[in-house]
Amino acid sequence: MNPIVSPLALTRRRFLQGAAAAGVSTLLPWSLRDALAAPASVLSGTEFALAIEEVPLTINGRQASATGVNGQVPAPILSWREGDTVSLAVTNRLSEPSSIHWHGVRTPAPMDGVPGLSFRSIMPGETFVYRFLVKQSGTYWYHSHSMFQEQTGLYGAIVIQPRSGYAQAFDRDYVVLLSDWSFEQPETIVSNLKFQSDYYNYGQRTLGTFVEDAQRRGLAETVADRLEWGSMRMSPTDILDVSGATYTYLLNGQPPGANWTALFRPGERVRLRFINGSSMSIFDVRIDGLPMTVVQADGNDIVPVTVDAFRISAAETYDVIVQPGPDRAYTIFAQSEDRTGYARGTLAPRAGMDAPIPSMDPRPMRTMTDMGMGGMEHGSMSGMNMDPGSMPGTEHSSRPGMSHGSMPGMQMDHGRMAAMKASPEAKQLQGSVGVDNVAMLPTERLNRAGEGFPPGRRVLTYADLRALKPGNDPRPPSHEITLHLTGNMERFIWGFDGKKFSESGPIELKRGDRVRFVLINDTMMEHPIHLHGLWSELENGHGEYRPYKHTIKSSRARS
Amino acid sequence: MSAFQILAFAVAAFAADAAAQAPAMANDTASGTGLPPPSEMQPVMDRQIFTHAISNQLEGRANGSNTEFRWEGQGWAGTDYDELWIKSEGTVSNGAVDDGQQQFLYGRAVTTYFDLQGGLRSDIDSRPTRNWAALGIQGLAPYFFDLEVTGFVSGEGHLAAKLEASYDLLLTQRLILQPQVELNVYSKADPARLVGSGFSDIDTGLRLRYELSRKFIPYMRLCWQRPRGRHLSRISPTTAQLAAAFARPHPRSRWSMWRPTRPWPRCQLVTQFQRRAISTPFWLQSRLTGCTPT
Repeated sequence: MNPIVSPLALTRRRFLQGAAAAGVSTLLPWSLRDALAAPASVLSGTEFALAIEEVPLTINGRQASATGVNGQVPAPILSWREGDTVSLAVTNRLSEPSSIHWHGVRTPAPMDGVPGLSFRSIMPGETFVYRFLVKQSGTYWYHSHSMFQEQTGLYGAIVIQPRSGYAQAFDRDYVVLLSDWSFEQPETIVSNLKFQSDYYNYGQRTLGTFVEDAQRRGLAETVADRLEWGSMRMSPTDILDVSGATYTYLLNGQPPGANWTALFRPGERVRLRFINGSSMSIFDVRIDGLPMTVVQADGNDIVPVTVDAFRISAAETYDVIVQPGPDRAYTIFAQSEDRTGYARGTLAPRAGMDAPIPSMDPRPMRTMTDMGMGGMEHGSMSGMNMDPGSMPGTEHSSRPGMSHGSMPGMQMDHGRMAAMKASPEAKQLQGSVGVDNVAMLPTERLNRAGEGFPPGRRVLTYADLRALKPGNDPRPPSHEITLHLTGNMERFIWGFDGKKFSESGPIELKRGDRVRFVLINDTMMEHPIHLHGLWSELENGHGEYRPYKHTIKSSRARS
Repeated sequence: MSAFQILAFAVAAFAADAAAQAPAMANDTASGTGLPPPSEMQPVMDRQIFTHAISNQLEGRANGSNTEFRWEGQGWAGTDYDELWIKSEGTVSNGAVDDGQQQFLYGRAVTTYFDLQGGLRSDIDSRPTRNWAALGIQGLAPYFFDLEVTGFVSGEGHLAAKLEASYDLLLTQRLILQPQVELNVYSKADPARLVGSGFSDIDTGLRLRYELSRKFIPYMRLCWQRPRGRHLSRISPTTAQLAAAFARPHPRSRWSMWRPTRPWPRCQLVTQFQRRAISTPFWLQSRLTGCTPT
């Protein structure tokens, strides 16, 4: 099998301070087999012309029709410079309205690209010119905000060169854009989930797992466990709603077999700009044999932290620097969180090399802590007061078209739980159509990496993210807003505070406000939360060195 | 154990300064306040109408030399909260359609796991048609039992009720054992339709299905059927004697055929209840889904 050599190649030498970044984009040849899925090219400068159109796509020999930009899926890499005013003329050549949202980029509200909120959409045949001043640097991405076009291929990377040079030196860099692709129509995927919410879950508990558990933990405990989950009508095997049963996971638009390859010279420091441009997937990324030094999160510099693996949820970006030593190939391995598939690439000194692909880790399982009964294992429980007073708002997750909702009350059969006091707000949510669970004991576990990693592997946590420079607004928050992330898995309804987007009104803020948002995730799945046009400073214990993120993965039953 | 800390993150509203720039909008029809004009697109499309259908039973049944064909299916269209339902079931034996029950309902999501449904039930088959008003609930009961309980009132004031329940036991990811039961209760016997008063009929079975895909599922089913026409009536066993389930009633003299002749002996009841039917495997359960975005 002929591997694909990376055509991306933002190949440049960089210096620590003040070196002018001369962008040179090179397009390396790729095999004829994937000629229809042209790998991403790089567009740079200040004037851009992007055409949104239907693009034929071949994945593993199977043809499909995708939504691309300038004939490409993923869309071209946009290379900007901090301080420039960029002008992007986007022409819609589809037969339905479209839009482009610049994820993580601070733009004027009318340039943000959200139909129905920022502007009217780009109608078929129209050209809309986005124009804004670029006030930041780092790795970002852009995607459609209309219908399901992001799922069908309209996503691409943005690389913004810093005006004052990079904090860490590196010799070459590559964009690694992870995504998920399905040959099913996204409308069908949603319809399937509405029909049967575990439609894509082929990792459920069976008679076989019951027998295994009974052998391991004893029959009584296994029966009690099944009854506990059954009484809540929930399944601990619910990891990702849409899985590898329908998805092929892509790395820079290439399936694992295509072996997208990034070249390096031994001894070089290579910067990998990981972007999760998927719709419904969370990836656990690692490079066996190569520790990764994470230097940027969501485009903002952090104090470098070296890890073996990290979990990247939809819309997040992490820049890592690796230093491959000897003359060998390394596999860039991004397995989906539910272990139903993986995206894969190769880091190699020469084209045509590959390294062994590791087998996927065991599938994680939800626990009672994820249901919001956190801390039970420690035996002491204090009453929990959750702040009331949240307002449903316009913030929505970075996945267009998904609305969330619901949680009903949980029955606890442990006497200790009697000490729990849910807030009046939480009590109101219980039992409603849009709510199937309310986390009684949300726990803050930013220093926990999550389930599914074998012991001994260093995994990045949110507590590890420490900004390189202190934040530029030292004011304390003027007020606090609490939002419950709620959902009803059975009906597949999702929302904030038990209400879908269409049922809730906006959160109003004044310019210059400084607000603390408390997110309480009452569901048992992770939800990446993205606030358009705003930086979120994640309060993770680092005080004024809180990291700036545009997308935060709110983990289950956590706040 | 540490006290529970609430994680918070502060939001710096610097995006507001973005308003300082006055961009040119190609389709700007606003008055200059910066607010977008009304749009046909919503930022989040969460009000779509979905259409689904499922045929729960589509099977041929054989019991010795007796064979019959049975169908039971449901279809619904609507949003997350409001749906229109069609439910249909019936049996074809000896060229005649029996046990036909069609329901046309409006359903509303009322609790997290249950819908309230109300509407019309029409018993349409080869026998005389009956119409009923229907009201019931359908949803997922604790411990993952699928449950449907419906009550009916006819124009003459007769009452009826129907209970359907099933449970999925996963043997493997695709091989699923499903016990299910359907039982019908009537306040008044209806001999023309082979319906007895009280506990009229029960159809219960154990189904083994193999999900080739979520939409194409062949199965084999072992079912115990209290044949229609046999019943347990606490009111008056003698007046409720009915002919064999597979016999076709004479259209003109049906009342005379059902005239009671002797009390129903108990031993015979037991025998009847143990009569079994095995469904042949070539009948398939299929599901159709479609989606019409608003």
